[in-house]
Amino acid sequence: MYKPEEHNVICTVCPIGCRLTVIREEHEPDGYKVIGGVCKRGEKFGVKEVTNPTRTVTSTVAIEGGLLPRLPVRTEKDIPKHLNYELMKLINQVKLQAPVKIGEVVVANVFDTGVNVIATRSMRAVK
Amino acid sequence: MQHYEVVIVGGGPAGLAAAIEARKNGAQSVVVLERDRELGGILQQCIHHGFGLVVFNEELTGPEYAERFIDELMELGIEYRLETMVLEVNADKTIRAISPSDGMIEIQAKAIVLNMGCRERTRGAIAIPGFRPAGVFSAGTAQRFVNMEGYMVGKRVVILGSGDIGLIMARRMALEGAKVLAVAEIMPYSGGLTRNIVQCLHDYDIPLYLSHTITEVRGKERVEGVTIAEVDENRKPMTGTEKHYDCDTLLLSVGLIPENELSRGAGIQLDPVTGGPIVNEAMETSVPGIFASGNVVHVHDLVDWVTEESRRAGAYAARYVQNKLVEDASVIASRPGDGIGYVVPHKVRPENLNDKLAIFMRVKEVFHDAKLVVKADGEVVYSRKKRHMAPGEMEIVQIDAQKLKDLKPAELLVSVEGGETVHV
Repeated sequence: MYKPEEHNVICTVCPIGCRLTVIREEHEPDGYKVIGGVCKRGEKFGVKEVTNPTRTVTSTVAIEGGLLPRLPVRTEKDIPKHLNYELMKLINQVKLQAPVKIGEVVVANVFDTGVNVIATRSMRAVK
Repeated sequence: MQHYEVVIVGGGPAGLAAAIEARKNGAQSVVVLERDRELGGILQQCIHHGFGLVVFNEELTGPEYAERFIDELMELGIEYRLETMVLEVNADKTIRAISPSDGMIEIQAKAIVLNMGCRERTRGAIAIPGFRPAGVFSAGTAQRFVNMEGYMVGKRVVILGSGDIGLIMARRMALEGAKVLAVAEIMPYSGGLTRNIVQCLHDYDIPLYLSHTITEVRGKERVEGVTIAEVDENRKPMTGTEKHYDCDTLLLSVGLIPENELSRGAGIQLDPVTGGPIVNEAMETSVPGIFASGNVVHVHDLVDWVTEESRRAGAYAARYVQNKLVEDASVIASRPGDGIGYVVPHKVRPENLNDKLAIFMRVKEVFHDAKLVVKADGEVVYSRKKRHMAPGEMEIVQIDAQKLKDLKPAELLVSVEGGETVHV
């Protein structure tokens, strides 16, 4: 019945881009064996990529009264990868009013991840 | 005629770093001339993260990176002029510029730093057959429309070129709800970082076709479709390999060209390989007192190295106006050897070096387990084993300045030794 799962992962920790194979193995400390890499960081990355892949998402939100009609934003930390499109839907409803300071929280604690979406630039009000 | 010690042409990352460093190194009057409506240059449209790992040891977005330098510029009280287009730079260090608020301006500088950056290669430059409908954008133009102006450029998108800008835009368009049908790359390997291939293409199930190019653009008013085909080893499309896509948008990410119209006008000597000025250790061009740094000299892949290089240019420009730069020194020619496409700087006067000489370069092919070696008239002054080197990733070598001062070689030759070339 049970066939050990195997994943091919390209490591993005550094520019070498090792082709990792992440294999489910019960007796390993993390539950997985990682082969094909050259460093410890890559092993950690490989396991995370198959158990809980996360990404920083960057995008823009609408803003009124500023120099530009869009304000760039990002998640302060990584969020689970599968939430990328959900996050886009959420922030596409946001409309800010200038001025905004860099680092200001635009949406707090998205999807209860504990991660805020923050402004990545300041935008002063323009008459 | 207005007078400044140091005039910086361009207010992007290079210009900001050069201006700040010129001031910190004792230049009294410094002005930045910027043609856009705000400072920061292309960083303002690069809303993705990955900037600043070298300079700040953290991952910032483009606008965050820019804002740190803009804040510092303001704190130092450095003058800047927006919407000011430089029309002419002359060898006597006069500058003509124009702006809506000041009209025509003439400036006499003691030193000039050229920081105009680069420009995207266009459809015309790569000769794609077919009609000329709306819907064909350079990737950077689309990036500006989407990220700054608030216009979505299309709904069904094909991208030609897998450099980092093309990859970043593939993800950006997908996140904004467009269907990205394919990324075609004429080379057998991607010019972008592996990380971007994974996070921009794999994450969004966007196929990458290596050794493929566009053979037709259909549509008269607006793009209606494109055809891509596989190319042979001479990069010629092979019949029978065509794939047709119905799409409304074609983005081109097919390379960047240093923007050197002003440099040429000043009679500055250019390197045919980089497309930018030939520079010495001070980032000074062939015209004494005119310096250049950043993408106007050679296209960088990390803004951090633009900053590093431009800090040097700014500091040396300040030294020049204080008459502290040794101009009639002995000159070492720095040259690319086997496996190396180009090196910057091209000339080195050891007397002007601080503790280290930094040489920036690109390899010509992908190498694994090769050695990067620098020889001074045949004597090895630097050698390091590299697990991985690729044309898309700039290499940096630091050489002890004292060694060069002692040896006084005529030539520094940088080459790749051993290892294997790889096609990924």
